[in-house]
Amino acid sequence: MSNKDNWKIWEVFIRSRNGLSHKHVGSLHAPDAEMAIKNARDVYTRRSEGINIWVVPSDEITASNPDESEPLFTPADDKVYRHPTFYDIPDEIGHM
Amino acid sequence: MTKELSFEERFQAYVDGENKVEPKHWMPEAYRKTLIRQISQHGHSEVVGMLPEANWITRAPSLRRKVALLAKVQDEAGHGLYLYSAAETLGADRQNLVEDLLSGKAKYSSIFNYPTPTWADIGAIGWLVDGAAIANQVMLCRTSYGPYARAMVKICKEESFHQRQGYEIMMSLAKGTPEQKQMAQDALNRWWWPSLMMFGPTDDLSPNSAQSMKWKIKRKSNDELRQEFIDKTIPQADYLNLTIPDKDLKWNEERGHHDHGEINWEEFYNVIKGRGKCNKQRLAARNKAHDEGEWVREAANAYAQKQADRKRKQKGAA
Ligand SMILES: [Fe+2]
Ligand SMILES: [Fe+2]
Repeated sequence: MSNKDNWKIWEVFIRSRNGLSHKHVGSLHAPDAEMAIKNARDVYTRRSEGINIWVVPSDEITASNPDESEPLFTPADDKVYRHPTFYDIPDEIGHM
Repeated sequence: MTKELSFEERFQAYVDGENKVEPKHWMPEAYRKTLIRQISQHGHSEVVGMLPEANWITRAPSLRRKVALLAKVQDEAGHGLYLYSAAETLGADRQNLVEDLLSGKAKYSSIFNYPTPTWADIGAIGWLVDGAAIANQVMLCRTSYGPYARAMVKICKEESFHQRQGYEIMMSLAKGTPEQKQMAQDALNRWWWPSLMMFGPTDDLSPNSAQSMKWKIKRKSNDELRQEFIDKTIPQADYLNLTIPDKDLKWNEERGHHDHGEINWEEFYNVIKGRGKCNKQRLAARNKAHDEGEWVREAANAYAQKQADRKRKQKGAA
């Protein structure tokens, strides 16, 4: 096997139907974007799971570091006033 | 003073809390290694598993059977790919995985080293082999490693058609001429015991199981899964009016399960060690397929290169 055969990894996102966002479904290898779409069709949509495919080279994705998720996300935890239940509205007002 | 938890202890507590481990999380090296080995072997099994059945695609008895078998075999290729992708999230390299399979270094499920001499074997494989695989894979939908669990959910959704198409084949043979019924019975005789072996050695003889259970990679023991499969399959065999080739098989009121006869573990270890009927044939077929695909990979590379060059030129001209 030549080194050239070690095609890069693409992450695959699929929109299952119009009105819904694309969702990550997995990854695959391909020599270019066009082949990645073709492979994604065969690997991830054999049972009409989708109507649109995005492929993104894996190494183009920047992810937040899970070890830093505490400083990144906990500040939101004590901001209860961002939620509707924080506010006292009498029942007779009805749904608000 | 509270004792500071080690990384290992924190990891164990996290897993004990039924939390999923994701690719970039800290994990013990042994957890990573165990998973890479298990997931890649699982992937190899899906890939090699195509071979015994592919053998019958061109000889399927009707167009209905042929399209079903073709779709099933194509699914197994997909399963192999989902699993290789999951292994890669742990840092495994695809090319190494494939090379290890082709060179014979990597293991795959020994069930695929048994031959498929008649069409009834295709029925028995779908019913029993996919059935046993489903029992294992349903459990793995709850495995602690996120990408593995997600691959399993996808796979399980696709597997149920595999088992149904197999059972349907067995049904038509069992209801057919006496010769056809005999074919079905012979296939059941051939596949019953190897299917039970798919769950692996008995609990007292599978030393790595305990750690895998502790890490929640495995959620049920080999013997538990095997028992589940036996209890589920017996009524299905009864419905076909076929006899399971185990004279010691009987309902145990006290346990609420069926007792079964002794499994021939010597045969199991022989096949694992490469002395099964088809070990050589399977590896040769996989290597041949890989080699014959060389020109496709070359063409894809050439095309990708050409497109990239063209794009670059267009950009330069603009
Ligand atoms: Fe499969
Ligand atoms: Fe299957």
